Amino acid sequence: MAKVLVIDYERCTGCRICELVCSVKHEGVSNPARSRIKIVKWETEGRYVPMSCQQCESAPCQAVCPVTAISRDETLNRVMIDYDVCIGCRMCVAVCPFGSMAFDTLAKKVIKCDLCDGDPLCVKFCDVDAVQYVDASEQSTVKQVSAAEKWSGTMQKVAAAIATV
Amino acid sequence: MALNRKIAYINLTTGEIETKPIPIKMRRMFLGSRGLDAYLMYNHIKPGVDPLGPDNVAIISAGVLVGTLASASSRTHVGGKSPLTGYFGSANMGGFFGPEMRWAGFDHLVIKGKANKPVYLWIHNGEIEIRDASSIWGKTVHDTPEIIREELGDRDIKVLTIGPAGENLVRYANVMTGIKNSGGRSGMGALLGSKNLKAVAIRGTMDIKIEHPVEALEYNKRIIDLITSSKVNQTQGRLGTPFIWGATNSQGLVRVNNFQLNQLEDADDVEPESLDRFSIGMTGCFGCQVHCRPKYIIPEGPYKGIYDEGPEYTSMGALSGEPGCKKAVTILVGNHLLNIYGLDTLETGSMIAWAMELYEKGILTDKDTDGLELRFGNDEALLEMMHRIARREGLGDILAEGPLRAAERIGKGSIKYLIHVKGMSNLHSDERPTPSLALNIATASRGSDHLRSRPAIDLYHLPEPVLRKIYSQPVPYDGPLTSDYRDYEGKPWQVFWQEMCYMAVDCLGICKYHTTFLGPTLPNFEEWSKLLYLNTGLELSPLDIWNVADRANNMERLFNIREGLTRKDDWLVDRYFDEPTKLGIPAVRGRTIDRDRFKQMIDEYYEHHGWDENGVPRPETLQKLGIDKEPSHML
Repeated sequence: MAKVLVIDYERCTGCRICELVCSVKHEGVSNPARSRIKIVKWETEGRYVPMSCQQCESAPCQAVCPVTAISRDETLNRVMIDYDVCIGCRMCVAVCPFGSMAFDTLAKKVIKCDLCDGDPLCVKFCDVDAVQYVDASEQSTVKQVSAAEKWSGTMQKVAAAIATV
Repeated sequence: MALNRKIAYINLTTGEIETKPIPIKMRRMFLGSRGLDAYLMYNHIKPGVDPLGPDNVAIISAGVLVGTLASASSRTHVGGKSPLTGYFGSANMGGFFGPEMRWAGFDHLVIKGKANKPVYLWIHNGEIEIRDASSIWGKTVHDTPEIIREELGDRDIKVLTIGPAGENLVRYANVMTGIKNSGGRSGMGALLGSKNLKAVAIRGTMDIKIEHPVEALEYNKRIIDLITSSKVNQTQGRLGTPFIWGATNSQGLVRVNNFQLNQLEDADDVEPESLDRFSIGMTGCFGCQVHCRPKYIIPEGPYKGIYDEGPEYTSMGALSGEPGCKKAVTILVGNHLLNIYGLDTLETGSMIAWAMELYEKGILTDKDTDGLELRFGNDEALLEMMHRIARREGLGDILAEGPLRAAERIGKGSIKYLIHVKGMSNLHSDERPTPSLALNIATASRGSDHLRSRPAIDLYHLPEPVLRKIYSQPVPYDGPLTSDYRDYEGKPWQVFWQEMCYMAVDCLGICKYHTTFLGPTLPNFEEWSKLLYLNTGLELSPLDIWNVADRANNMERLFNIREGLTRKDDWLVDRYFDEPTKLGIPAVRGRTIDRDRFKQMIDEYYEHHGWDENGVPRPETLQKLGIDKEPSHML
């Protein structure tokens, strides 16, 4: 099973190094406007959410593309744009539910996460693991364990409280 | 490329705006940010101008590596003649404003004159507009950016702003960005306020070309591994900078009750580990893996439920140790008040602690305080005085003037209790047991300050070979170095070396937590030379970068001397020499600074700099650095 990008926004410190390395890797420049990942911030609440392409199984961008420039790469479990075919109509930008299909106004082309061909730099550079690259089957397992821990811990506390009554 | 960012000259009186490129020659001489600001200040600020008058100049800048693949390349610098000291004013802060400024096409904004009504600057991809600020004048540091974002319809705009304290010309008002990134010390907020300039809003989507992207990515990753492997950074990333407060307080190296004691006892509630219970996670500046800032929500009282960030090491000392307040919630609320008003935490805490000592000694009475019982350990009085200072009410109006002016107005021998250098209150650390740290605050260019030349690693008792490895590059040094922080020997070199180190990163725009400031294994001149080449293509050897720092430090010194600074200003108040420390571990008890040996340290320090016995740069020093014909008006 191919890997997926998993975002755990509660870990994010908002430093934006993911945006920086993404634009350097893809365009050779520092410019978050050209990054495929973006941290959406609520500064006055300290809430930071990294947003990137979810590589949807049934991708709206793929469905809406009038020239079939968007296809699914099963080996890396990603949605890819064929720039030789793309006409730059930005319909994909309009339909993406996550705002993760962007239009690069300098290169005049749509851009999206390509998982750095299997070695995503945003993951490599994120020291707090707010962005992880894990096997798709593991995504829920991690959450499951943490939820189970929280739940069983609470149950134990309740049991202990009852025992002391 | 990263070197094509421009200088904008903005005249608020006439509304004229002019932009100029920065010649490579100037880059090689001063790199950028604080270094080039020193040059611009010396060239554009006429001697003797009123710091709060229209002839003073405010310069906002970002370092030459800001926004690039140099870790923590986030820093913004603000310079101008200080309304607090009358000497070199300088403030440096992290956050996200600096990178945004560079994506918008600028490295330096030189702001002159005075607007006839409150304005703010809107800077977007190379364009600059002076806009009416009536919707934000009077607003707090936290509200102002949100109002601007709403007004201009872009939630990603970054804002540098002053709070009500800056508008009210409190002489130690900050410039701020984000929630708590503070350009503190020396009153740069009052300088902006005096120009009727409330804020600078900035947004950029212009490329900064990375010269060698593949290698720069790889090298950045190596540096990140170095940064994250450092124990001190791991601790900071978990507990925030209050951990330094905890570590120094446990030894007895902090000021308590103004300057009466050197350790805060029975202070469990304000230990870093106790404060941790309020932290809801950590936040970081641009591209930084240290993420030293805790996020918190005020748990109780009138401010319950409000979000803020911090408190920092300095707020712990200034709001806890100095006024002798021991409740964690007081620190959280106090930190919030200082952030929204835009007040310098160290200066505010010191001014209030000084006033508390005056009140307890009967120099200030209930009449002066309008009935406020301004005693040490009175948490409510501490918070109340913050409001009064920011709003310039009653005694607050006097304290808002800063140490020397306030002492003059209060009179009655109050000056004797002031703890300051060059008219800037000392930070909260007690340097009596540590001559190196004492020399640092006595000689720092912007007044008493730890971020200009403090050899903080002197407190670690590092083995001599480790010290030698750090302190003998890129310039050879074979003089004495000792592991004992109570010694005087070799310390002037350490202070001199750190002064070069901090100036270098202030020119590059990198945070000091990514240097040998606290972590002896962290990046140094060697790494900066490589980072500079990979990111910008500029080839400067480690020694070249040292020379840039040397040049810039001399420019700052020249500025201060032109404003009348003499050797006697590089000195400490008498209490450092006359009152021994009373508390702490045995090594720090009963310590004072020895006058004669301190004088000798200053001689040595001047000698390392190539300055004469009066602290004036010798002609040959300036000639060697190519700044013997200043002001040269190249920019």
